Amino acid sequence: MTEHHPSADSIARYAGGDDLPADVLWAVEAHLETCETCRLRLADVAPPQVTALTAAVWAELEPTGTPVGRRHRLARWATPSLLPWLAMTAFVVLAALSLDGLLPAHSASSGVLLIAPIVPVLGVAAAWSRGMDPAYELVVSTPRAGLQLVLRRTVAVLVAVLPALLAGGWLAGASPAYWLLPCLGVTAVTLALGGVIGMRRAGLVAAFAWAVLVVGPAVVVGGVPGVLAPGAAPVWAAVLVGGAAAVYFRSAAYARL
Amino acid sequence: MARAVSAAEVAPTGYAWQVEARGLRVRAGRTMAVDGLDLRLGRGVHGLLGPNGAGKTTLIRSLATVLRPVSGTLEVLGTPVSGRLDLRGVRRALGYLPQDFGYYKRFTVREFVEYVAWLKEMPKRDVPGAVQRAVERVGLADRADDRLKALSGGMVRRAGIAQAIVNDPEVLLLDEPTAGLDPGQRVRFRELLQELGSDSCVVVSTHLVEDVAAACTDVVLVSGGKLVFQGTPAELAAAGGPDDVGDSPIERGYSALLGGAW
Repeated sequence: MTEHHPSADSIARYAGGDDLPADVLWAVEAHLETCETCRLRLADVAPPQVTALTAAVWAELEPTGTPVGRRHRLARWATPSLLPWLAMTAFVVLAALSLDGLLPAHSASSGVLLIAPIVPVLGVAAAWSRGMDPAYELVVSTPRAGLQLVLRRTVAVLVAVLPALLAGGWLAGASPAYWLLPCLGVTAVTLALGGVIGMRRAGLVAAFAWAVLVVGPAVVVGGVPGVLAPGAAPVWAAVLVGGAAAVYFRSAAYARL
Repeated sequence: MARAVSAAEVAPTGYAWQVEARGLRVRAGRTMAVDGLDLRLGRGVHGLLGPNGAGKTTLIRSLATVLRPVSGTLEVLGTPVSGRLDLRGVRRALGYLPQDFGYYKRFTVREFVEYVAWLKEMPKRDVPGAVQRAVERVGLADRADDRLKALSGGMVRRAGIAQAIVNDPEVLLLDEPTAGLDPGQRVRFRELLQELGSDSCVVVSTHLVEDVAAACTDVVLVSGGKLVFQGTPAELAAAGGPDDVGDSPIERGYSALLGGAW
């Protein structure tokens, strides 16, 4: 389509409210509806009384009020019911440390090591459960409730949980080299699964599977399970990449949680 | 420099009805709470009436894009919301007050409404002004910096209404908004509803017939997950005869249309 803009003269006469032939008036008006450039041209030639009026209106519409508070900004990353799951994390790490005392002394595995990979997953499940977030129903109906909010909350969980695990692991003598990659891998798989069955269920499924398949046998048999041995690191790296890729390619699925 | 109006501000709407449902079926738990509902809603205040368990809340939750319909089509603002789609555009134009309005007790009214404005992806520069306006519209301006836990039940409800209207929604869904409001507040709330209904589609679920009579331009009566009646309050009143149960014409119309189902 070729662009025919109205002449400066007809725009000026339109702005001034002068008599324009009906066909020109109609053409100018129809063109203004679709052409931002010409709306700007119109705005520039508007008579002073009109510009004064519009300036006053826009000035009235200028944002007022106080800027956003600090607590409010924190809520963008974690559910404001952050404290309960921080408490839960501390509890889980403490429980893991006490589990160390129960394990056979000769075993090299530690409770912190066994539990570390699923602690963030529990945090993710908690962040998306109706019971722990009073405004859950409201949050899931907003545009922000999608992959972006899922990732923000996961980051918040990791930021809160990883230092606790590092400290607990250091006390128990479990090197992060053993558990960090499995931890991130399990989290990535949980997020990928969450796009299919919902975040809360995915977190619970992952935690349950880990408990049955890894923690149970390790407690019975003793020793560091194979999946947590340093040799498994490449596998966990692959799991992490695979999980992240699945999340990326199915990002639209997170709109309904 | 002078500001030009953007193309989006003058664009015409591309849909006939703000809400259009055909053969809509939505599951709530194990039961099919909305079962084959056909509904078209335009501008105005639509009072959603029906006995307990009629599917009012399930219908509102599916309109709020929280629940995915099992079958049938549901279009909100001309966009189908039935499948796995990008819902962000629709959700930006929605306002929703859930039946169990959950909130963060430690937040002030202003902080909470601001948080919801952020969740609704409002432009940053518009947020403080929009929050102030929403809080003023529900009459909470003097309590805006009080924590939610310090407010009475009716005030919390009004804060809930403020968060729903903060983005000037085109479709506003209010599930039992008048529960906990005293008579004076209820009258003011009806005035607010009429104001909101003049340029958007407001769906109010209620079981208070007098709310419908006073504030709604349109009544939608559902029972057993199906549409029983849609029309003006006067038409609803006309459906009842002197022999029907009820204290007011609208109540008599309500009981006449529902038969024994209520």
